[in-house]
Amino acid sequence: MSEDIKYSAADYKSDQYVRWCPGCGDHAVLAVLHKAMAEVGVAPHDTAVISGIGCSSRLPYYMNTYGFHTIHGRAAAIATGFKCANPAMTVWQISGDGDGLAIGGNHFIHAVRRNIDINILLLNNKIYGLTKGQYSPTSDRGFVSKSSPYGTVEDPFIPAELAFGARGTFFARSLDVDMKVAQEVMVAAARHRGTSVVEMLQNCVIFNMGIHSYVSDKATRAERTIHLVHGQKMLFGANNERGLVQDGFGLKAVEIGRDGYTIDDVLTHDAHCQSNFLHQQLAMMDGHSLPMAVGVIRDVEAPVYNEELDKQVAEVTAAKGYTSLREMILAGDTWEVK
Amino acid sequence: MLEKTNVVTLERVVVRFSGDSGDGMQLAGNIFSNVSAASGNQISTFPDYPAEIRAPQGTLSGVSGFQVSIGRGVHTPGDLADVLVAMNPAALKQHAKFLKPGGVAIVDIDSFKKADLDKALITTDDPYTEIGLKAQVVEVPISSMVKAALADSGMDNRAVLRCKNMFALGLVCWLFDRDVDAALKQLHNKFAKKPAIYEANATVLRAGYDYGNNIHASVSTYRIESDNIRPGRYTDVNGNTATAWGLIHAAEKAGLKLYLGSYPITPATDILHELAKRKDIGVKALQMEDEIAGVCSAIGASFAGALAVTSTSGPGLALKSEGIGLAVMAELPLVVIDVQRGGPSTGLPTKTEQTDLLQALYGRNGESPVPVLAAATPSDCFHAAFEAARIAIEHMTPVILLTDAFIANGSTAWRIPDEDEYPAIRPHYVTPAMAEGWKPYLRDEQTKVRYWAIPGTPGFTHRLGGLEKDSTTSAISNDPANHERMVLTRREKVERIADDIPQLELHGNAEADTLIIGWGGTFGHLYTAVEQLNASGKPVAYAHFGYIRPLPSNTADVLARYRRIIVAELNTGQFADYLQSRFPEKKMLRINKIQGQPFAVSEIIEGVTKLMEE
Repeated sequence: MSEDIKYSAADYKSDQYVRWCPGCGDHAVLAVLHKAMAEVGVAPHDTAVISGIGCSSRLPYYMNTYGFHTIHGRAAAIATGFKCANPAMTVWQISGDGDGLAIGGNHFIHAVRRNIDINILLLNNKIYGLTKGQYSPTSDRGFVSKSSPYGTVEDPFIPAELAFGARGTFFARSLDVDMKVAQEVMVAAARHRGTSVVEMLQNCVIFNMGIHSYVSDKATRAERTIHLVHGQKMLFGANNERGLVQDGFGLKAVEIGRDGYTIDDVLTHDAHCQSNFLHQQLAMMDGHSLPMAVGVIRDVEAPVYNEELDKQVAEVTAAKGYTSLREMILAGDTWEVK
Repeated sequence: MLEKTNVVTLERVVVRFSGDSGDGMQLAGNIFSNVSAASGNQISTFPDYPAEIRAPQGTLSGVSGFQVSIGRGVHTPGDLADVLVAMNPAALKQHAKFLKPGGVAIVDIDSFKKADLDKALITTDDPYTEIGLKAQVVEVPISSMVKAALADSGMDNRAVLRCKNMFALGLVCWLFDRDVDAALKQLHNKFAKKPAIYEANATVLRAGYDYGNNIHASVSTYRIESDNIRPGRYTDVNGNTATAWGLIHAAEKAGLKLYLGSYPITPATDILHELAKRKDIGVKALQMEDEIAGVCSAIGASFAGALAVTSTSGPGLALKSEGIGLAVMAELPLVVIDVQRGGPSTGLPTKTEQTDLLQALYGRNGESPVPVLAAATPSDCFHAAFEAARIAIEHMTPVILLTDAFIANGSTAWRIPDEDEYPAIRPHYVTPAMAEGWKPYLRDEQTKVRYWAIPGTPGFTHRLGGLEKDSTTSAISNDPANHERMVLTRREKVERIADDIPQLELHGNAEADTLIIGWGGTFGHLYTAVEQLNASGKPVAYAHFGYIRPLPSNTADVLARYRRIIVAELNTGQFADYLQSRFPEKKMLRINKIQGQPFAVSEIIEGVTKLMEE
């Protein structure tokens, strides 16, 4: 490790020509990732970026780190083995919604459940882009695509709900167009011990243009999103004039100073609360009746698989004290033939 | 009644323990084999158990067996048993066919009541005739003797009867003149943490031994000849454990950490069990969420710089195909163990077959060459696993090692190798001098092997992936000529491993005009059959393949020497077809068996004799 050296975004950038479509949200995510890595400061050679298959999964080629563009859906399993075998490395996994939640859904939930210390960037554009426009497991019910010409008849995964169902310890969300929040959540993800899931709402200019525009349009973004920061009041609106309050078992958006609500009624965000009940409520807000939450929604401590594994190996190795296979075998049942 | 005067000395003897799958036949058989091995006998064992964990008690489907051959020149667990222990009528009915005519059947007569006979679908009151038993039957009231022996133990009836297997073991130890204290020591190791259970079992074991002594069971007792085996320190090992140990030793010799990504599957799971235990020497064994995650996590670990392994059986290998293809493309070391079982689909999960050979050779998309090795015996699994790892590491390639249910569960006595017996394994690392202008797909021109840069090393950051890469820049490439060049290079890399493996050896009578060919876990049966054929005036040579892809470099020369070539294997002719496609000028005659069971030596002799007469 070389903590004393300061790295810049350019140090994480490879010499490869970036082949995404002009205007694709992935360009912004890539640029922010370079900056976030520089801010965190782990050396490029101590960083690994592992992806599956899909447009977003091309990302490792554009990183001047150790990188592995693998096979469809398996990035989480490959990242798990990588991190356990070489825990000194900082590991980023790049997956799209199809790669991570359809073909790779099983590996995703088990990586999250084990709480492997990896950072999963889930680029969600609600479409299969590289195969030219089929609906994905995050496409809304009724979505019309080449493989659903009459609209889908299935409900989507909400990535946060899946992560919480798998006992996730870190979940954050950002819009591809919001570079500030995107960098903030990537840095927080890198600093979290355990599996960090970052959902990047990303726009596909070719096959799903404007899929997130209801929440991402600049004109209405302040009303339809809420930037959550741990320890701060849950306020939103152009002038932070609105806030979230508890309403029975649910949440409600109110205007400060109206209907008797004051700033004291507005909830303060607690990302570190062990119970994920409110985190889930916040993550499920979709921008319609309540603003969509961006920023770090949940960030709690829990045992980390690869650390527990190393601890266990160290403990049993110390207890038995074998220095070789031969020594281990000779400690068992053996006999001498002369 | 006889005194113990009728002592017969035998070169080798075969004993089969059979009972309900909950009766502990495997434990009784294991202890008997270990005691025999420790007294200088060669041993070979064959656990023959059902797929169900506990089928209904006393029924035909729930019969579990354990066969062991002990003595001198033992290479197989034996075709037929000299002594069959049957704990109930179902066991006798199912396993009578494995008893030699004129052999001895020891039965627990307390378990031959009307209800027991009904469960075994025996309709007359003379089970021996109905089963067609041509043996000397020794009826022993095992259940009642066990109850009597444990009358004062305070144990309940069920717990008492669970010790029945030890009575049978005691009796067999007496019959074959085994040291009862050695058996007790084995038992003590097994129940070291449960002294009460040890005491009860030990009491019953002694009772069984004394019963033989005291009531003068009317059978001959046997003295088994021991073998002049190579001096050294020995232990008893089954194929799965030997496989795990071979991998550990390879990691030691390569200076790498061993990583296993696996998923439970019969009959391979014991490799996962053993390596999970071996956290005590630094092994990281992860039980993953599925077979695919098993191989993929191993690929991740390999990229990270470990000796990475995944273990499975046929259905799991099918699931891992895409992952193995990635390792072919990324040119990363990876060992894939396939403990073959009966297929297709779920097939015969606990039974043995050699039907995954073509899957191992060809079961991937695209031109995807992978070295394939096969282990010959339980103890050879150690050597084969070491070799698979050595080739993977030194040649930067996934390697598939085929074992099978027969050698995975069977055990033999194994001489523990000295520290310096196996060679150092040299990972094909980058050197600091290469840093300037280094690309991941640059190769050693001699071997075509690319260099391994371990993540965390400054100056060697690089990107691998499943997409085709340019042969010089290592960037993504769709260039048609480049793709063909890379396909041929990857193939050439695997073919050149032939320069780094031993030559094919000949057994039997090398001057004969008939060559028997085998591969993998059929070695013991083929070797014994070849010995017997030569002894009976039918000269045959024998070549056994442990390296399947690439083949040893003298294969063509060896084949050219023989007029008649017979390939014997437990499938419909997969290796014969493979050889036929490479050596079309030679006709491959075939002996095949696909019954989930190993060959019987007699079947091979019969088959070879027939083909020699044609």
